[in-house]
Amino acid sequence: MRVLLSGNEAIAYGAHAAGVAVATGYPGTPSTEILENLAKYKDVDASWAPNEKVALEVAIGSSIAGARSLVAMKHVGLNVAADPLFTVAYTGVNAGLVIVSADDPGMHSSQNEQDNRYYAKAAKVPMLEPSDSQEAASLVEDAFIISETFDIPVLLRTTTRVNHSKSLVEVDLEQTKREPGYKKNAEKYVMIPANARVRRRLLEDRLKALEEFSEGFSGNKIEWGSREVGFITSGISYQYVKELFPEASILKLAMTYPLPRMLITGYVNQIEKVIVVEELEPYLEEQIKSWGLSVSGKESIPSIGELNPDIIADALIPREEAIENSKQSALPGRPPMLCAGCPHRGVFYELRRLKMVVTGDIGCYTLGVLPPLGSMDTCICMGASIGNAMGVQKATGTKDIVAVIGDSTFVHSGITPLIDIVYNGGITTVIILDNRTTAMTGRQDHPGTGRTLKGIDSHMLDFEKLVKAIGINSVRTVDPYDLKAVRKAIKEETAKDEPSVIIFRRACLLVEKPKGQPYTVNEKCDGCKVCLRLGCPAISWVNGRAEIDISQCAGCEICAKLCKRDAITVIK
Amino acid sequence: MSSDVKNILIVGVGGQGIILAADIMSQVLVGAEYDVKMAEIHGMSQRGGSVNTMVRFGSRVYSPVIEKRKADFILAFEQLEALRWADYLKPGGVLIMNTEKIKPLPVLIGNDDYPEDIEGMLRQKGIEVIKIDANKLAEEAGSKKAANVVLLGCLATYLPIKKEGWYTFIERRVPPKTIEANKKAFDIGYGILTEVASV
Repeated sequence: MRVLLSGNEAIAYGAHAAGVAVATGYPGTPSTEILENLAKYKDVDASWAPNEKVALEVAIGSSIAGARSLVAMKHVGLNVAADPLFTVAYTGVNAGLVIVSADDPGMHSSQNEQDNRYYAKAAKVPMLEPSDSQEAASLVEDAFIISETFDIPVLLRTTTRVNHSKSLVEVDLEQTKREPGYKKNAEKYVMIPANARVRRRLLEDRLKALEEFSEGFSGNKIEWGSREVGFITSGISYQYVKELFPEASILKLAMTYPLPRMLITGYVNQIEKVIVVEELEPYLEEQIKSWGLSVSGKESIPSIGELNPDIIADALIPREEAIENSKQSALPGRPPMLCAGCPHRGVFYELRRLKMVVTGDIGCYTLGVLPPLGSMDTCICMGASIGNAMGVQKATGTKDIVAVIGDSTFVHSGITPLIDIVYNGGITTVIILDNRTTAMTGRQDHPGTGRTLKGIDSHMLDFEKLVKAIGINSVRTVDPYDLKAVRKAIKEETAKDEPSVIIFRRACLLVEKPKGQPYTVNEKCDGCKVCLRLGCPAISWVNGRAEIDISQCAGCEICAKLCKRDAITVIK
Repeated sequence: MSSDVKNILIVGVGGQGIILAADIMSQVLVGAEYDVKMAEIHGMSQRGGSVNTMVRFGSRVYSPVIEKRKADFILAFEQLEALRWADYLKPGGVLIMNTEKIKPLPVLIGNDDYPEDIEGMLRQKGIEVIKIDANKLAEEAGSKKAANVVLLGCLATYLPIKKEGWYTFIERRVPPKTIEANKKAFDIGYGILTEVASV
């Protein structure tokens, strides 16, 4: 039977069919649904880890102990997990270990668009790249077999278009079963230099064997067509090339590290002009050119952003008339916004009013940077807000600086920089915007919610106790809907000569709907626009006055509290 | 070039039920033995941003992404988004537009104006617009939230699948309590366009 599955659903399906027993990761678009779908299988131990490094370390442990293991993350997550990645290539595995890296070309939902194919080369681990859901499902199974055959973790690299597009998948696979079993083998798994030097050499032997495997791997295949122009491509780019050039020869690579040098050389030598079509960096092109082969690609195909058939056609097909792209630029944009009633909104409003320097972090609340709130100065990566604040304070000595970080992000990588602040005598105030969920990726649980990916109650991390144990003496918890208390807390804590933590706690309104009644604007409104500075989707500017869309208003009352003319009142 | 592939672009604003509508449509097309691909982008767009979903079907579909000027149909859940994506419509293609207007942030805060007479601007581009007040029709069907299914019903008029073929997948995908309202919403959308088509 064939069913329509997203790439992420297909990866989960394929992994289950391959008998994956342990699956872990940290939510991150576009990878999140892999774990959410694996969690639906009773026989898979699926869980959210606090961050990607921990996730990979857990998966390495379970692999060594004989359970097929999968770890899934977005591209930047692999930066966090890079430390164990480079060494597990040396130790190898016992049961298969598959690491899914979901890249985000075009930065639909990311702070950068790094090309994680280079991780395979740098860490010396084999890499597979699916081009649709069917291939995603079957390559996960191949990945487990390759991992076990060659005693090495396998990187499954996807991109947003593969993760989030749906296409048909055969779902009649029989499930492979594997009994876990642990055998101590310190020479293989304890990477003290003496052992690591041995494993380092063996890694090269394994890579040589993998290159031979890559030559004959069924996923690396030539679809012969015209011999005048031919393409070399992988991943989603294959689908675009197929769409645009149905008559051309195509060498489609599903295994892109190590590359099948003989296969590629033979192909290039039989075709007059070979074009490499790949998203982001010239990863394939540079490697192929380094062998002295003549191919082209990136001189016309952009290396910035996501590709699509239009961009490839513009680069490769001479067109009589260029399709104008700029015509619609005058339309008002539609950026994402904090929801109406979002508990974070008032905090950003007050931070702006108090003219604080705000080092920010990754989550919905990054939207606090957009006008009219405009209250964020930096956003680099998960957990960076706290270290950034420490640095700003070191450089300037100012007290008017706060770090702003979400609850899930704080658990991910905010704890160690907070330790640094205490240890090295910082006096910065750290604000934890605790909305009881990982909101931006679609509301996943984390250690602070006290519930697991499988929906089981667990220990709820106590933020107040945690930060006190770190050595923060000034800790207070405030309801962010109470604007006066928000202002007071920020003013008082930043004035202190010691480090402090303010926890603004209120559940994301998509998790727990506030009970408030909607508000409306009465005739007292004189058009002062103060309420518009909140950037609330429910409030708009109509004919010189504010207007509230009651179907959107969540009743948070923040705008009414700001209005000096009592022009915003609750609907009874 | 594989010429039997049809392209449907669905555009609107996060929270309007676009992905659900595209999901139902894709399932119906799979049920009718087509090869189907559906591309969507989520993440930031859930927070009231611009959302687009692409559905392609035919005997063999490669790219999940539709090229500019290749969409056979655009189903726009919101007027400004209809205008934003209009260049994707092929000459002679069909654009069905919900009359709802949702102000984006720059308009809400008074920094920009919502374009007036979007319908006229579309006609100037040579596009015949089919306008539907899906929100009102959905309320008549018994559920405000079924505007997406009203619009789906409109589009279904043009697709090579019998009306009854849609019910199974609507039943499967909408909350149990709203099945009847959604089926009615679908009928209303379907009926309206049959009338338009016969005029």
